[in-house]
Amino acid sequence: MQDSHATASQSHLALHGLSRSFGTVRAVRDVTLAAAEGEFVALLGPSGCGKTTLLRMIAGLDRPDAGHIILGGQDITPLPAWEREIGMVFQSLALFPHLNVGENIAYGLTLRRAPASSVRARVGELLDLVRLPGMAERSVAALSGGQRQRVAIARALALRPRLFLLDEPLSALDAQLRETMQVELRLLQKQLGITTVMVTHDQREAMTMADRIAVFADGVLQQAGSPMDVYRNPATAFVASFLGTSNLLPVRIDAGRPMVGDVAFVDLPAHGSAGTEAMLSFRPEDILIDPESDAGLAACVQGRVVFRRDLGAASELHLNWDNRTIVALVAAQASHAPGDVVSIGFRATGGRVVRP
Amino acid sequence: MMGIAQSGGRTVLVWPSLAVAFLLIAPFGLMVMLSFWLRVPGGTYEPGFTFDNYAALLTPFYASRAMLTLGLAALAGAVAVAIAFPLTWFICQMGRRAQTWWLVVILGTLSLSEVLVAFSWSVLLSRSAGISNLFVWLGLLEVPIALTPSGGAVLTGLVYVTLPYAVLVLYPTLSRLDPALVEAAHSMGARPLRAFFGVAVPVCRPAIAATFVLCVVFSLGAFVTPQVLGRPEHWTLAVMVTDAALQRANVPMAAALAILLLLASLAFVAIAGRIGRGQSGTTQ
Repeated sequence: MQDSHATASQSHLALHGLSRSFGTVRAVRDVTLAAAEGEFVALLGPSGCGKTTLLRMIAGLDRPDAGHIILGGQDITPLPAWEREIGMVFQSLALFPHLNVGENIAYGLTLRRAPASSVRARVGELLDLVRLPGMAERSVAALSGGQRQRVAIARALALRPRLFLLDEPLSALDAQLRETMQVELRLLQKQLGITTVMVTHDQREAMTMADRIAVFADGVLQQAGSPMDVYRNPATAFVASFLGTSNLLPVRIDAGRPMVGDVAFVDLPAHGSAGTEAMLSFRPEDILIDPESDAGLAACVQGRVVFRRDLGAASELHLNWDNRTIVALVAAQASHAPGDVVSIGFRATGGRVVRP
Repeated sequence: MMGIAQSGGRTVLVWPSLAVAFLLIAPFGLMVMLSFWLRVPGGTYEPGFTFDNYAALLTPFYASRAMLTLGLAALAGAVAVAIAFPLTWFICQMGRRAQTWWLVVILGTLSLSEVLVAFSWSVLLSRSAGISNLFVWLGLLEVPIALTPSGGAVLTGLVYVTLPYAVLVLYPTLSRLDPALVEAAHSMGARPLRAFFGVAVPVCRPAIAATFVLCVVFSLGAFVTPQVLGRPEHWTLAVMVTDAALQRANVPMAAALAILLLLASLAFVAIAGRIGRGQSGTTQ
């Protein structure tokens, strides 16, 4: 299927048919997903889509109603959280306020009665790893947001866990620090080669950090694949609109030809199974304004510019075509202004027929 | 415009503060004054200045009473916190509705006066109608026994009276405690009890210290429970104050005793406050 990348035999983490309901709300529905050794998987979706519940079940902080969690070939579904050897960074970070930085990082080691000298050595090693050397004696309350973040990461990695879980770990940071930490965390994960699952609602974050993105909506796994694959070949209208911007046009198949209204779209790559209520998706960068020729176009129609916004590197045009809004990305120096009547070209290679 | 309105508001607020200060300071000053006055045999007292009332307290008897009072109050406070913390913890794990019901029931016991509680417990612990009859029925005891008057009965009564206050003080802290703290401990290998004592309890240390101090101070002032549920050897300083003032008609002596009790309370609060602050220094 779409998840052939990590088959059961080579996967380090495998989720089989996981479901979880809270009362009448089905938070997670029959989710099957796998992660290969050393892979970084991002669970992406809007709030309330079940991604956090899924992560909590992997961590052992919540019990699935049905399904199995396999880690390193072992079924860990019945194991409590404290026997799973999984490191987790919580959204609130959950640093212990009564312990200093070093004691926070050493918490799990101290529990295991590791000798003081080896605990000190490991704490020093982890502080170097997260670039906070010599901060062991600091109070947690005296740290900046980014430093607290690093301490939480170091603490989760202290016991060399079999799996690294991140629950919206960067949501408390401001935008700039967030971007820096995304890159840093990804490099750290690659350096350690640790299998990682991260929950996020930020598609940019998911695309920056993950080897594979699993998109969720209403507790259902919509699609899993590499960031570019999911972006270029969305399986559903939800994925197309959640990951980046997408122009979704209701399409019907008439005599083997996809029709939007009374316009036929030709030369589309055969993707997805076009049901009766399928949608045709085009990314804004696949919309061409006033194309010089019809070559490579699925269709070309007339429309009017309604709105223009300049994003610096490029400009975005909102166009009206028969009361449908089409968003196009054009070069910043393009001269189109609201009110202009233009021809709108749909690049054939960018068109995807997706499930609603 | 704003400034005038604000300063006007401030002037208005001075009056209640003055009233409160007067109502607090005037009776207290009166009591300090009384403690130096002379006792007139026959039940009254007259102005004067003598240290006799304090000198009379410098006996091994009153020293042991002071120790008993502090010890009993500290024990009652410790037991109340030891019960209230896990109780409040479990209440906070419940759903919203269940939480409300538990709090209503627990806080409902606040409407019972110390007198009512003490006499109810004296019935409950008595030989004729008490819980020992239940133990006999269950086969745990041969014959019913009287569990009161005793030190244990006094302690039970004090804990019962202070417990709702303990829950009341702990609830805001525990209900706002980040559940991820305990979950983080679990993910690092801590079993539930370990996470509870290693993380939840120390994180709540300031609230626990405050609760303990409140319960102790409350117990220090209890004067009905030790009389109803205890023998004379369990009478605390608060009972002694009542006794001196009402039974022995020695008001200057009662005032001196009350000052002693107050100083004991203040010393205790100061020490406990220092410990609580010192331990929570890292918490902010």
